[in-house]
Amino acid sequence: MKIAVCIKQVPGTAQVEIDPETGTLKRDGASTKMNPFDLYAIETAMRIKEAAGAELTAVTMGPPQAEAVLREAFMMGADRAVLLSDRRFGGADVLATGYTLSQGLRAAGNFDLIVCGRQTTDGDTAQVGAELAEFLGIPHVTNVCAICEIAQDAIVADIDWPLQTARCRLPFPCLITVDKNIFEPRLPSFKLKLATAGQPITRIGMDDLPDKNEKHYGLSGSPTRVKRIFPPEAKGERIVWSGNDAPADKLHQLLTAHKFLQQL
Amino acid sequence: MSAHIAIIREKATDPEKLAALCPFGAIECHSDGTLEINSGCRMCRICVKNGGGAFELVEDDAEPPIDKSQWRGVAVVAELVEGRIHPVTFELLGKAGELAGKVGQPTICMLAGHNIKPLANELLSYGADEVVCYDAPELENFLIEPYTNALTDFINFRRPAVVLVGGTQSGRSLAPRAAARFRTGLTADCTFLDISPDTDLEQIRPAYGGNIMAHIGTPNRRPQFATVRYKIFPIPPKREPNGKVTMRTLAAAQLKSAVAILAATEKSRETGIEEADVLIAAGRGVKRPEDLSMLEKLAGLLNGRLASTRALVEAGWCNPKMQIGLSGRTVKPKLIITCGVSGAIQFAAGMNGSELIVAINSDPDAPIFKIADVAIVDDIYRIVPELIAKIETGAAAK
Ligand SMILES: Cc1cc2nc3c(=O)[nH]c(=O)nc-3n(C[C@H](O)[C@H](O)[C@H](O)COP(=O)(O)OP(=O)(O)OC[C@H]3O[C@@H](n4cnc5c(N)ncnc54)[C@H](O)[C@@H]3O)c2cc1C
Ligand SMILES: Nc1ncnc2c1ncn2[C@@H]1O[C@H](COP(=O)(O)O)[C@@H](O)[C@H]1O
Repeated sequence: MKIAVCIKQVPGTAQVEIDPETGTLKRDGASTKMNPFDLYAIETAMRIKEAAGAELTAVTMGPPQAEAVLREAFMMGADRAVLLSDRRFGGADVLATGYTLSQGLRAAGNFDLIVCGRQTTDGDTAQVGAELAEFLGIPHVTNVCAICEIAQDAIVADIDWPLQTARCRLPFPCLITVDKNIFEPRLPSFKLKLATAGQPITRIGMDDLPDKNEKHYGLSGSPTRVKRIFPPEAKGERIVWSGNDAPADKLHQLLTAHKFLQQL
Repeated sequence: MSAHIAIIREKATDPEKLAALCPFGAIECHSDGTLEINSGCRMCRICVKNGGGAFELVEDDAEPPIDKSQWRGVAVVAELVEGRIHPVTFELLGKAGELAGKVGQPTICMLAGHNIKPLANELLSYGADEVVCYDAPELENFLIEPYTNALTDFINFRRPAVVLVGGTQSGRSLAPRAAARFRTGLTADCTFLDISPDTDLEQIRPAYGGNIMAHIGTPNRRPQFATVRYKIFPIPPKREPNGKVTMRTLAAAQLKSAVAILAATEKSRETGIEEADVLIAAGRGVKRPEDLSMLEKLAGLLNGRLASTRALVEAGWCNPKMQIGLSGRTVKPKLIITCGVSGAIQFAAGMNGSELIVAINSDPDAPIFKIADVAIVDDIYRIVPELIAKIETGAAAK
């Protein structure tokens, strides 16, 4: 069996702020890390690999530096790694990302199972997995919370719905996106770090993909445009009441004004 | 649409400073001082705006413009939960009606399921001009392929300019699948939507965990997909149903799914603190476990729930399910009143997205006051009983 896990490098912190003067993002340095949700995807893929025997390939699309997350995947047990990197992939929105990943996966081999994280902490859309499945023409399910069985030709998994847990059987090839809490991600192993230090990473650029039309990638292949970014609306003026202000009275008025006492 | 950022060498006099402009680290500064834009570029154009002319946006061989007049109407994909319409659908119909009204186009709703015809009227009464129904036993449960096929048929049938989908679990699976099929844009979790006269959708959504807002457009594709989470827009007032219901059928092959549902286990129906609109959060300022009943009472009067900090869970006074925070639940109620809570970062992280934060704490320097909208520097044992009494007399007076 061949499994691919899609992982992404994201900014090291979500604590970005916009400088009100210059309109630029203030980030603490250029630190990056593996998208935390993708750790669960790798762990899930590893559990399946360990249970059923499989070759695990970690795939990422990103700048050359994104190699770091592939190294981390090696340290968690991935066998192969693919870096989809090309200047012409830059500026990709969900559609172009899903498409590029689908092309990269086609170029990298025939996968029976593709595992994605639930969402990223920067893009934060939770949509790439489903778009990728559509481009590959395979079924998908999201929010997988347990793996029940790996059969010869299918996977049986539990889906966490708001009101119920549904057990589903998906034939290979298929794509799943996993919830956090499915398994506790293992820590990168120092032993594997040493063992995989020289492990080659397959680099795939646009010219290595089946579809070489550059209009389908990166910004050119992205139907959405970011028109502007700006800081969220600041909270209104803070109100402070203490002892002499009859705070209980005022709070009562406030709750009434905001219609919180309406049902009475 | 094609464009890229060009680097104007003569103006790139301070390459390192220019490279630092990029929030995505996509401007690389080589050791020889030359700059390069790598694949991390998101085209946010911050560098164009703030780079003093060193970066220019170059629009190359732009895609031929599509004929937008061929796409009309604002569509909503209805969502069902256990045979009932999910309220997010009504919220979206309200917004769709507003947008459609601005451009003088119809509000259309797509409904897929089994034995659903009686529900169509309800959708009409929330503002749909037409409800297009797909009724088949195979659509009883949400399965990705038949649902995507139904939505595909609907889009080809009505050619709406905009498709709004609830940002629910199934909506976040269906919308991207269909958007990919139509090679069009999808903006997730929009918190603000507007429309321009040429039916371009103006979408605003939070990114980076709400730390920044992004204004996103889909200038040259149709339909324009957007998902919106539950409880972002208000439910519109009901009206007399005024519109038509159209039935559509799908070919048998279109209704097949490779995914088989083997079993479904109901979860316990107990709603968590995440679902409550109003929360009263108890902290260590509460001196004895029996004093929690006073906060419980206040919660009841406000139609809310009692929640707590970890301190009270550790003390065994509160159930772990009531814990807000990093190691507890993340909540976003309309109102939270914290009582005797210091506002430690691990607690605040789980509730600072609440709409209205009222904090009662006797210590004027308590960190909770930094995130509170209303800071009450006082003793909970004074304020809470007084407030309860006022609410009760207020109610009695009615
Ligand atoms: C890894 C980690 C994870 C954690 N996760 C969580 C988490 O998920 N959720 C969580 O809650 N905590 C969490 N904590 C614990 C957190 O750091 C705080 O210790 C805890 O939130 C404090 O709870 P508190 O506000 O109830 O108590 P305290 O910090 O003791 O604050 C009590 C407050 O009550 C005020 N007060 C006292 N008497 C009165 C009165 N009569 N009237 C008005 N005010 C009064 C005091 O001025 C004080 O500010 C975590 C800690 C760690 C290390
Ligand atoms: N650039 C990328 N490279 C590889 N996988 C990605 C990339 N972007 C998103 N993904 C995958 O898609 C999931 C959802 O991402 P998103 O839609 O951005 O929230 C992630 O958890 C990853 O598994």
